[in-house]
Amino acid sequence: MKLDVEQVRSMFPALQSKGDTTPPVYLDSAAQSLIVQASLNAVVQFETSRANVHRGMYPLAEQATGAYENARRTVQPFLHAAHPQEIVFTKNGTEGTNLVAQSWGRANLQADDAVVLSILEHHSNVVPWLQLKREKGIRLEWIDCDKQGNLGQEQYRQALQKKNVKLVTLTGQSNVLGVRPPLKKMIQLAHEAGAITAVDAAQLVVHYPIDVQNLDCDFLTFSGHKIYGPTGIGVLYGKRAHLETMPPFLGGGSMIQWVEREDFTTTDIPTKFEAGTPPTAQAVGLAAALQWLTQYRWEDIERHEQRLFRHAQDILSAIKGVQILSPATASGCLSFTLDGIHPHDVAEILSQRGVCMRAGHHCAQPLHDHLGIPGSVRLSIGIYNTEAEIDCVAPALKHAIHLFSKS
Amino acid sequence: MDLYAENVLDHYRHPRNQGTLKDATVSHAEKNWSCGDEITMHLRIEDGVIRTVRWEGTGCAISQAAMSLLSEKLEGVTLKKAAELQQKDIFRLLGVPISPRRLQCALIGLHTLKNALRKERGEPPHGWMDTAETDSMDGATFGT
Repeated sequence: MKLDVEQVRSMFPALQSKGDTTPPVYLDSAAQSLIVQASLNAVVQFETSRANVHRGMYPLAEQATGAYENARRTVQPFLHAAHPQEIVFTKNGTEGTNLVAQSWGRANLQADDAVVLSILEHHSNVVPWLQLKREKGIRLEWIDCDKQGNLGQEQYRQALQKKNVKLVTLTGQSNVLGVRPPLKKMIQLAHEAGAITAVDAAQLVVHYPIDVQNLDCDFLTFSGHKIYGPTGIGVLYGKRAHLETMPPFLGGGSMIQWVEREDFTTTDIPTKFEAGTPPTAQAVGLAAALQWLTQYRWEDIERHEQRLFRHAQDILSAIKGVQILSPATASGCLSFTLDGIHPHDVAEILSQRGVCMRAGHHCAQPLHDHLGIPGSVRLSIGIYNTEAEIDCVAPALKHAIHLFSKS
Repeated sequence: MDLYAENVLDHYRHPRNQGTLKDATVSHAEKNWSCGDEITMHLRIEDGVIRTVRWEGTGCAISQAAMSLLSEKLEGVTLKKAAELQQKDIFRLLGVPISPRRLQCALIGLHTLKNALRKERGEPPHGWMDTAETDSMDGATFGT
């Protein structure tokens, strides 16, 4: 379908005017996107006539199971996964990373084994590994970036040469700088060094088509609420061979085959990793969001979002005192600081003018430490944004500068 | 009333009682993890009375102005009176509406003071929940 932004906007309930209230200028999609009506409808429709999955002996329960498994079969081609069993539903991307750390990591990493990760990582791809560092004494090998956000490839090659490197885990797109590491090349190098790979695609997935077979990553995670779907749902993709040999993560109903007083056996993948009643309506809602998004061509989505990004860059770079942190080659989000004004105050003044933007460390404290700043302001883009919305940022920033420049 | 009132901005630009204190009897630091505001407070306490207050900090205008305003009120105050200070006293000092999202900014100075006083009494520090009364905010903004 042709990407007509006004038509796209009409499909997002949060962007509709209600009486005298105008919708917000929402430039915080990297934190959470707005939900598309089709996804909301699917959630409501499921909850209206719901039943628990994989259990009841009646038609309603059968339908619920069908809807849930169909959602899995929607995610599978979306990621170009080879098998539906490789799609595990989680609560969010963070839970996916924790699943890899707590299941694969605890079973496969010993003291002095190394996990390689980049300075661009979100806390959700840092802390699970720090937890294993505390618990088992694993080493973390950090790959730094230059001023443009490029990861040091020589440093990466050297890190891979160190002993016992078992896993390389990388973000597909920085949630602060918007830069995309060269995933395919880095994954290939990791495999050549005998390590497996995980990708945090929380930011990338909504801006760029992902083909896990082409990337050849071993694991990949993302969240539903950042891709126009509901909260409370995420996806972990894992290569079948890994998932089959990994111990379970959470224990409970669904994930077992047999339970006795002294022991239990687990069921097949992916249910082995989906203990308890899953976020069923959310999975169905996510599938609806993915179906909605993929009716547009990726080339059109990328062209539209790149135009918005360049527009934001033009607007911001024209304001004296704005220091843009993201390089010109970035995508999806653009972070900056404003001389002499704390990011929190900048976001507050933007919010007074109806502009929603995030300020702070964006759950990336190691990166902000590396950049030598306490925090930044982030403008992030969704499919529904317009150049006119981005135009609203400039006068608000100028007002902030004016307010804080008086002595 | 605007959050960035002249009084608030004046205290932010020209913070009162900022600095270190050589003869401090207690010093304590707190950080607002969600946005990185930091306050270190130095107190010289004699005979149950706060004689001198100095503080160092970085952060947004609200956090720094609130600390500056609070510091002006503390000298000569008894420990008992200081321990009784509440969030509403800080709101009164600021005199601008504080929304829930700026609550911790406004209260980091008070939080640092409360834990400094606990330290002085030999007690462990308390968490934010004991300083900020979020249940009374109901998502509404506080007027003056």
